[in-house]
Amino acid sequence: MLRKILTVLLVLFCFILQSTVFGAISLGGVVPNIMMIITSSFGFMRGEKEGIVIGFFCGMLADIFFGDFLGLYALIFMYIGFLNGKFSRIFYPQDLKLPLALIITSDLTYGMLYYVLFFMLRGRFDFSFYFLNVILPEAVYTIFMTIFVYPVILLINERLEDRERRSEQKFV
Amino acid sequence: MSPVVRKQREGFTLPGKYLLLILTLVCIALMLVTFGTDVFNSPVNTVVGYLVVPFEDGISRFGGLLSTRANELTEIRTLLDENESLRDEIAKLTEENTVLQQDKYELNKLRELVELDEQYGEYKKTGARIIASDTGNWYSVFTIDKGTNDGIMPDMNVIAGGGLVGKVSSVGPNWSKVTSIISDNSNVSAMMITTEDNLIVSGNLELMKRGNISFSQLIDSAGNVGIGDKIVTSNISDKFLPNILIGYVTKIETDANNLTKSGELTPAVDFEHLSEVLVITDLKQNVVDE
Repeated sequence: MLRKILTVLLVLFCFILQSTVFGAISLGGVVPNIMMIITSSFGFMRGEKEGIVIGFFCGMLADIFFGDFLGLYALIFMYIGFLNGKFSRIFYPQDLKLPLALIITSDLTYGMLYYVLFFMLRGRFDFSFYFLNVILPEAVYTIFMTIFVYPVILLINERLEDRERRSEQKFV
Repeated sequence: MSPVVRKQREGFTLPGKYLLLILTLVCIALMLVTFGTDVFNSPVNTVVGYLVVPFEDGISRFGGLLSTRANELTEIRTLLDENESLRDEIAKLTEENTVLQQDKYELNKLRELVELDEQYGEYKKTGARIIASDTGNWYSVFTIDKGTNDGIMPDMNVIAGGGLVGKVSSVGPNWSKVTSIISDNSNVSAMMITTEDNLIVSGNLELMKRGNISFSQLIDSAGNVGIGDKIVTSNISDKFLPNILIGYVTKIETDANNLTKSGELTPAVDFEHLSEVLVITDLKQNVVDE
């Protein structure tokens, strides 16, 4: 229960941060994608199901506030959460390489998908421009933010898992 | 925690694959439904309006406060100089104003003579603050702190600093979503103020990096349109009220078909530093009906 409440609060907190404060720290008009960090890290920390659910809600929030119609962000984020969940079997908290690699890949994938769905299909074919000016800077900036955000998420998750393990032992 | 243990615990719940399938179907259904209609907009907007918007409102208020304090300290000196020059300007403008007042009086009299109403004199406006901006880097959509409770409705025009910002695309009780004209998926029907030729102004992410947006389909066979000319919203647009300034032409070239022209314009609004906007509460449809 505590986990659910904390996760919901974390998602809301990050969305609010993303849409308000991050506008002020944008570099060259590019904002880091903290929602992607959350979706991706819950995916590989907790497995497919949590990746799906958290991706869905992160995407839905973005859809409601900034999308033209509902569901598309949710779909993209959900699948990214799911695919990250596939890596939960080889995830160890001490290892930082896998999370960084997964988060940057997730963000690049998201950028490419978004370009194809919203820009290429409308006849904007200058891929190199969009890649160099939006997708790549966003991924680099996101990975920079990950260095600060990810340890916090990891800490929260580890504390929660400790708690759950202890309460499980009480029953035995 | 090993995967084996986790599997046992989740044994009686829905496996991930099915959850993914179900939510995928939900997403696709939502997309299909909301693409054409607005059925979910009001309940969903209401819920998130009370869940998220108060926090966004608070944070942006606080952030605004901080940045004003910081600016105050650095800008006192420049403000003193500016004050001086502005005083001079006021004196000049007052003089000019008197002349214009006389002209207006004359204009009104002449209008009465030709029985021409002042069709679009003054629009009713209400001020709003931007409390959140798009989470991604692709479109320029933002949220303002007023909604249906303050009489905001979809398709209302949003202006700032005398220029067009965009239009309201979705509303909740205490917030609304504004799609700006620099957004890559936005198109505005516009006209040249000098020649009254119609054209289309479209947002463009590529040009926006240089601070411009693009226009196209300008029919100007006489070649009267030049750089620096004003572009305003046109009479024939169904969403935008006429004669709102959009921007100034910075580049113009003839299309390959030799009939139309296209080019770039600089928006009149400084989209980088936008914190307060004005929403025009008159809708185009109603203004025309009256």
